[in-house]
Amino acid sequence: MLLACEKATFGYENKAVISDVNFQVEPGEYLCIVGENGTGKSTLVKGLLGLIKPMSGKIVYGEAVKNASIGYLPQQTDAQKEFPATVMEVVLSGVLKQKGFLSFYNKADKEKALVNMRKLGVERLKKESFRNLSGGQQQRVLIARALCAADQLLVLDEPVTGLDPAGTADLYSVMRELNEKYGTAIIMVSHDVRGSLPEVKRVLHISFDTIFYGTVQEYQNSSFGKQFLGGARK
Amino acid sequence: MISIFREMLAYPFLVRALIVGVLVSLCAALLGVSLVLKRYSMIGDGLSHVSFGALSVAMALGMAPLKLSLPVVVIVAVVLLRVGSGRMKSDAAIAVISSSSLAIGVIVTSLTTGMTVDVCGYMFGSLLAMSKDDVVLSIILSIFVIMVFILCYNRLFAVTFDESFAKASGSNVSVYNMLLAILTAVTIVLGMQMMGALLISSLIIFPALTSMRLFGSFRAVVISSAVVSLICFFIGIVISYQYSTPTGASVVGVNLVVLLIATVIGKIGKGSLV
Repeated sequence: MLLACEKATFGYENKAVISDVNFQVEPGEYLCIVGENGTGKSTLVKGLLGLIKPMSGKIVYGEAVKNASIGYLPQQTDAQKEFPATVMEVVLSGVLKQKGFLSFYNKADKEKALVNMRKLGVERLKKESFRNLSGGQQQRVLIARALCAADQLLVLDEPVTGLDPAGTADLYSVMRELNEKYGTAIIMVSHDVRGSLPEVKRVLHISFDTIFYGTVQEYQNSSFGKQFLGGARK
Repeated sequence: MISIFREMLAYPFLVRALIVGVLVSLCAALLGVSLVLKRYSMIGDGLSHVSFGALSVAMALGMAPLKLSLPVVVIVAVVLLRVGSGRMKSDAAIAVISSSSLAIGVIVTSLTTGMTVDVCGYMFGSLLAMSKDDVVLSIILSIFVIMVFILCYNRLFAVTFDESFAKASGSNVSVYNMLLAILTAVTIVLGMQMMGALLISSLIIFPALTSMRLFGSFRAVVISSAVVSLICFFIGIVISYQYSTPTGASVVGVNLVVLLIATVIGKIGKGSLV
């Protein structure tokens, strides 16, 4: 087991935003978190990353993700799109996680960055400037950075938002390869329910009053999933 | 230009101005890259006005200007960073603080010494402003700023590029933001007497903007900022000496020309130099 949420409740200043979340992430898992805006997906992600403590219940981390070492892909900011930095500089910054206050990169760090760039197919871009890349390439670079921080479990926040259809399909296939070939467990928050369902193994659907957790098959057959998928079609 | 330069070195006050100017330009350029990219440019501007207010009060009280303005500006920098996330929007907070300190400064000055040439110097910069004590303090503090910047370079990059990721990676983001604000405050106080309250923030902003037009890697932008900043400072100070123009204004003028040239080059080369 990599991570388990046991009746965890998260919120701010004593106000619960999302309550009683139960789910488990095994090695090789591919979990998609869906739900309307304002249901607490981002809050849950912060909880998983250890940025906020559960108000009740708990999160148990497995041996492989001790110290909450989870690779994270945040939602992109506008400032980043114009940022002068090479792909290498961006990916390398992922290794800082394991370092102390004063941190310089050594040879092993650079090797690690290259390995992860190779996994994401962006090695040839290593000297390119991040701002000159396409949206999809930028996401690949940021996932490579996340892998430098931790390669057992990735948390991806809206990875395909803002990408064109080709870029979206491309990014899904990259993530599938990471999951299948390298066994990286992935937790993905997504608005793109239709696109992501065929990709993932399990679904955590958060709505204002209930939480569904189960396999994709179960989700599609549940009244809950049918309603949401039907709703999404309009 | 070299002969003018040699002539300048004969005056002790000009040598002092050169030493401080070089160090402050370096600090400002290094910090500027992070500040501009984090959209904190206005903080520098606000702090310079606070520095002016503090300086005027110090003069009125007969204190050494740096001893009062340094702690005041550092405190305001920390406060500004705090309110940025609070109820008052940070740009409004900066506007309020900067214009109030300017007002306090001007009122205090006109009630005591009166609006003299000194005040004009504080506004737009003067070569004559640096005393020996100022120079020693400037050297110590700028070396401190440069050392901290180099030691924390990778972390500062990570925090500048992506705060959320840095936070999730266990970096204490607020500590680095605070560090950045404090270093900026120190740099501004040091540079203000020579560059002027109204113009010191441009020392932070221009070289970074110029370099971002030309280069696509963070390291190249940082190095180029330092170089651009130094070159513009030297040209500016020679102009200031030769034509008796205010130092700050002359340096900013040169920076502006360089920025325009860089923008044109960047448009042609599409910023693809790494």
